[in-house]
Amino acid sequence: MTARINGSARARALWLPWGGAALVLAVLPLVFSSGASLTMMSLMGFAAIFALSYNMLLGQTGMLSFGHAVYYGLGGFVTAHALDVIGADRLPVPLPVVPLVGGLAGLTFALIFGWVSTKRAGTVFAMISLGIGELVAACSLILSGFFGGEGGISTSRTKTLPVFGLTFGPQIQVYYLIAAWALLCAGAMYAITRTPLGRMCNAVRDNPERAEFVGYSTQMVRFLVFCLAGFFAGVAGALAAIHFEIVTSSMVGAAPSGFVLLMTYIGGVAFFIGPIIGAILMTALQISLSDYTGAWQLYVGLMFVGVVMYAPWGLGGLILMHQPLLAAGQLRRVLPAYALAVGPAVLLGVGAIGLVETTHHLLVQSAQGPAMRVLGIGYDATSPLAWVVIAALLAAGVWLLLRVAPRVSSAYLEAAQAAHTPGSRQ
Amino acid sequence: MLELIVFSTLNGVLYGMLLFLLASGLTLIFSMMGVLNFAHASFYMLGAYFGYQISRYVGYWPGLVLAPLLVGAIGALVERFGLRTAHKHGHVAELLFTFGLAFIVEELVQMVWGKVPVDYRVPDALNFAAFTLFDTNYPAFRMFMLLMSVAVFIGLLLLLTRTRVGLIIRAALSHPAMVGALGHNVPLVFMLVFGVGCGLAALAGVIAGPALVTQPAMAALLGPILFVVVVVGGLGSLSGAFVASLLIGLVQTFAVAMNVSVAGLLARVGITLTRDSFGGDLWMATVAQVAPILPYLLLVLILIFRPKGLFGDRET
Repeated sequence: MTARINGSARARALWLPWGGAALVLAVLPLVFSSGASLTMMSLMGFAAIFALSYNMLLGQTGMLSFGHAVYYGLGGFVTAHALDVIGADRLPVPLPVVPLVGGLAGLTFALIFGWVSTKRAGTVFAMISLGIGELVAACSLILSGFFGGEGGISTSRTKTLPVFGLTFGPQIQVYYLIAAWALLCAGAMYAITRTPLGRMCNAVRDNPERAEFVGYSTQMVRFLVFCLAGFFAGVAGALAAIHFEIVTSSMVGAAPSGFVLLMTYIGGVAFFIGPIIGAILMTALQISLSDYTGAWQLYVGLMFVGVVMYAPWGLGGLILMHQPLLAAGQLRRVLPAYALAVGPAVLLGVGAIGLVETTHHLLVQSAQGPAMRVLGIGYDATSPLAWVVIAALLAAGVWLLLRVAPRVSSAYLEAAQAAHTPGSRQ
Repeated sequence: MLELIVFSTLNGVLYGMLLFLLASGLTLIFSMMGVLNFAHASFYMLGAYFGYQISRYVGYWPGLVLAPLLVGAIGALVERFGLRTAHKHGHVAELLFTFGLAFIVEELVQMVWGKVPVDYRVPDALNFAAFTLFDTNYPAFRMFMLLMSVAVFIGLLLLLTRTRVGLIIRAALSHPAMVGALGHNVPLVFMLVFGVGCGLAALAGVIAGPALVTQPAMAALLGPILFVVVVVGGLGSLSGAFVASLLIGLVQTFAVAMNVSVAGLLARVGITLTRDSFGGDLWMATVAQVAPILPYLLLVLILIFRPKGLFGDRET
């Protein structure tokens, strides 16, 4: 029996996070006002929509798709063509409505490809999605009328009907457009998870046979959520087309499909906010990490494998699994054990970064000479001392982490157990 | 015309046998663990690069032996320390682990050997024309590739059907718990099969490296075709993988040689279609241009109408 929550508390629980998010999105450009920050936040915006739409498939329905960028890219292409038509014929269509066109395009293609894709689940579905993704990517070079061939389709977002005098030329106006659509789409996708369809998706993920016995057609459920995910992916693609003002065949390929999988999984598939965290983190890494190191994709790959092996609930999951502890006031119990683990983790991290950076420097940047800087420390990449230090850091970090890990996990389990026993609220 | 057919058949069979070398390892690993190894094409690439590096120091022939052994050992270690940890979290986690591994291997290869293709040369002993047909020389190295692939196939068949180890492997593929109860070290068998599968992929890399270009994109180019072969042949069936790899090898090789388009065919009947007509690009595209899509089209069709594949006995 759930306790009755009175109306005002329920309203507060609903409006507080969403109102807070809207406030944060509105205020962010005032804090980070440089052009580069605005661009990065715009990128994070539609990456978050894309990742959330992907999580509708992966986290909520258990469908691993390797070709989700098809609907993202096709949404972008249709939007680019729509913007061209609007500009050429001077149609009275304001830009804020245009992402709907991309969404409907994504929905249409998801309807076409979805019926055949969703007949099976699991590995077969993954293979079909891979096949369709590669099919569309290969078609994109053949059908040069629609896909624009190697050069893609260029478009202009300023030729639409101005809204309240806004032409959407400046980046800040595009940022607010993307932020508004991101909030809208996130709200819609969250609402979908609370509908019976959303719950049946979870049921189909956990026990498809039982869902069939309850009376729902698993294929119909999967098909419906596939179409909805295609719609939101199309919206994300449309926003990308509006932001970049050019769409190329790389948007339908295997690279963005793989990237959204990485984003969503690293962020965490088990919680709604996970993909948002993953999108923000990965976009920030993609843009800023490449300034510091040439091996940033290797770091992303290592992080992904680390999450798959040791934290399958993702970084978002790692954070959110402490929320019940916080609510029960048990967070204090785990802090000492976590503090113990910080030191070894730092050693391991510094050692790994040193290894990757030194190897990268020696192999790729050998023309720049052996001197290099990592984390503010300058040293000679060929000196044996550097390698001894790196090896020692790695060995010490791994050994100490292995010693401390059981203590950390038992501290968490004790705190979780205490948090779930009645009467533990203080 | 006859020249085209003969050479296309030769090249198609060659490409098909190369695909089978890769697909046989992948099918064995899939039968055993139920996970499709996304990194299989990456081990193929590693084999080619290791063979290249060894050939720079001691020559091609030691590379032919050493590179598969090295990569097989790496594969066994990956299974022991990586895949087993991911196994605890389910099938999706294993699949994603191999996906991440493929990503990492590609980055490492780019870091160590650079982003441009490397000069992996055909060994001098094989650098001559095997025979001349219709005024075209057919390289001896390609005949060597064909012979090696056939030899490996026969060796694998004999190993699996006539030896005791093969018996245990085949039993562990379908009834691992029972085999474990009978006293065999099933995790060791799994590790060995994974290692041998990766070694086979590396052997394919050492063989194909000089003929096809050795570059960091090797894995990404061949990877999806490999999945098509395995799925079309039937997940878990070695003979299905054989038939499917020959089928896809021949289809792709013949398709690339055909310059027919729908517009061309219709023009003979009197109907003119240009690029500006509705769907113009589609009608003007020749079969050769469409050739890269054909395997994926076949994949999607098979998955719709016969998800078990041609010879398969299980779906996932």
